[in-house]
Amino acid sequence: MSLATVSRPLGTAGKLFAFALDVFMGLFRRPFQLREFLQQSWFIASVTIIPTALVAIPFGAVIALQVGGLIQQFGAQSFTGSAAVLAILREAGPIATALLIAGAAGSAIAADLGSRRIREELDAMMVLGIDPIQRLVVPRVLACMMIALFLNGLVSVVGVMGGYVFNVVLQGGTPGAYLASFTALAQLPDLWQGMVKAVVFGLIAAIVASYKGMTASGGPKGVGDAVNESVVITFLLLFVVNFVITAVYIQLVPAKGM
Amino acid sequence: MGVEVKVENLAKSFGKQLIWGDVSLTLPAGEISVMLGPSGTGKSVFLKALIGLLKPDRGHVYIEGVDIPNCRERDLYEIRKLFGVLFQDGAMFGSMNLYDNVAFPLREHTRKSESEVRQIVMEKMDMVGLVGAETKLPGEISGGMRKRAGLARALVLEPEIILFDEPDSGLDPVRVAYLNQLIIDLNAQIDATFLIVTHDINTARTVPDNIGLLFHQHLAMFGPREMLLSSQEPVVAQFLNAQRVGPIGMSEEKDADELAQEASQGMPALPPIPAQLEPSDGRPRRGQKTPGEWCRAHGVTPPPGSFQDDVSLAPGATA
Ligand SMILES: Nc1ncnc2c1ncn2[C@@H]1O[C@H](COP(=O)(O)OP(=O)(O)OP(=O)(O)O)[C@@H](O)[C@H]1O
Ligand SMILES: [Mg+2]
Repeated sequence: MSLATVSRPLGTAGKLFAFALDVFMGLFRRPFQLREFLQQSWFIASVTIIPTALVAIPFGAVIALQVGGLIQQFGAQSFTGSAAVLAILREAGPIATALLIAGAAGSAIAADLGSRRIREELDAMMVLGIDPIQRLVVPRVLACMMIALFLNGLVSVVGVMGGYVFNVVLQGGTPGAYLASFTALAQLPDLWQGMVKAVVFGLIAAIVASYKGMTASGGPKGVGDAVNESVVITFLLLFVVNFVITAVYIQLVPAKGM
Repeated sequence: MGVEVKVENLAKSFGKQLIWGDVSLTLPAGEISVMLGPSGTGKSVFLKALIGLLKPDRGHVYIEGVDIPNCRERDLYEIRKLFGVLFQDGAMFGSMNLYDNVAFPLREHTRKSESEVRQIVMEKMDMVGLVGAETKLPGEISGGMRKRAGLARALVLEPEIILFDEPDSGLDPVRVAYLNQLIIDLNAQIDATFLIVTHDINTARTVPDNIGLLFHQHLAMFGPREMLLSSQEPVVAQFLNAQRVGPIGMSEEKDADELAQEASQGMPALPPIPAQLEPSDGRPRRGQKTPGEWCRAHGVTPPPGSFQDDVSLAPGATA
């Protein structure tokens, strides 16, 4: 392997980072593209809300079943609700959000920007003296972050409700115990942590998708490749970042004492 | 007032593939220049390098003292406001209808009221013959209509430098004739510097003040129209007269065998140089010269029958 093949991924990472910096600078440039931001938020929400809700129910159910089963073996039934809430708020919510943001919103962004790239729309825009990063990418990134936050809330609520239904209906838990134990293990920072994760995931998904879309080349096939790569890269990044945030969080925030 | 564009030693490659190198030319302020070359020689790439969309490997492009490939991004965005560019495929914004597409530069860069915008947009739409199609989306119209809409958008800001990538491809012959007249009239009115990429030999022979030919990774020749039209240089003569005999083959360059075979045939005689198109309102163009001036000054005898009004079509174009 030559040096070039080895260093290529590094170069790509560097370019992605430089792109992220450009986007960051673009945040402060006026006029802010409010219309584009609202349109994109609406669009991203419309492609993600229903799948998210549908994913969240089984997610909550599986967690309730698993955790409920384990906890029963330990003889700590009274904590079933709390354990499920903890699992959903801390991990399941952000992960389900990540899957949908990367899969539905990221692929849509990459495809949209990619086809604009190959139709030379982006070139035309630059020639008209308009920076596509400020005009198109910044609103998408912000929209993605906002919707991710919103989806995270949705997954949490729907997941907890799903968990409740499964615990009460299938596992014979008592409704009162499930609800009463909510706050036994879970604490407010868990909620913040889940929200921070969701926003970071939205940021990463939108940046990767925009970068891949804007650098697509080679006709319609190039757009397909860009979409594909953006989803794969986003997944990889999101799971790594999820791990890092969780690890840091566990170090920083002590578990609730009982 | 047009602006001079000075290109020095420009070279561009993609990976290991050299597209062109050593390109040096000056587009004189206020004159129309045409760039020719076989398909795939990098004419579109050249236009993109001029506006700083592609960074050349080396060389300079000077416009009003700014070196495009090496200037700061802020200067680049500033200098681009001088340009009106038509991309090869029109590059209309797919999410906007034609009206909004054409109005886009006005809304972005001027403080004109909507009614002023409307007036300018409709004037340009009328100019390119698209009145009635304002509400159509770019995906719903033909390639030729997209081209014309792109033309209208390129012209709304009254640019100083106009780059057209094949404005006439995909248009019918009548519209090409109107378009050529439009280019000449615009040039006489606003004095902008034009660079037009075209494959239409008739356009190349009658419209410009200067002609350039890209071939085989370099600029084969660039100069006044009469210089190229009277040139005996095989590549130039072959291309400008649309002939098969010459160094250019189907796959761009002919191999030695084919060339040897042709050597016996010899180049056909050059056709007469047609008169340049004139502005329809009779006022002179900024770069206008008396027919045959260049030939006389350089002691070149133009092909017999040149500069007569009835020689408008290049015979090669139909052969
Ligand atoms: N972004 C790019 N990446 C890699 N190669 C490219 C890119 N753009 C153009 N090329 C290559 O550069 C060469 C010149 O392309 P260009 O589009 O400039 O040709 P052209 O002279 O405009 O041809 P035509 O007359 O058919 O429009 C082609 O071989 C093309 O494959
Ligand atoms: Mg081209």
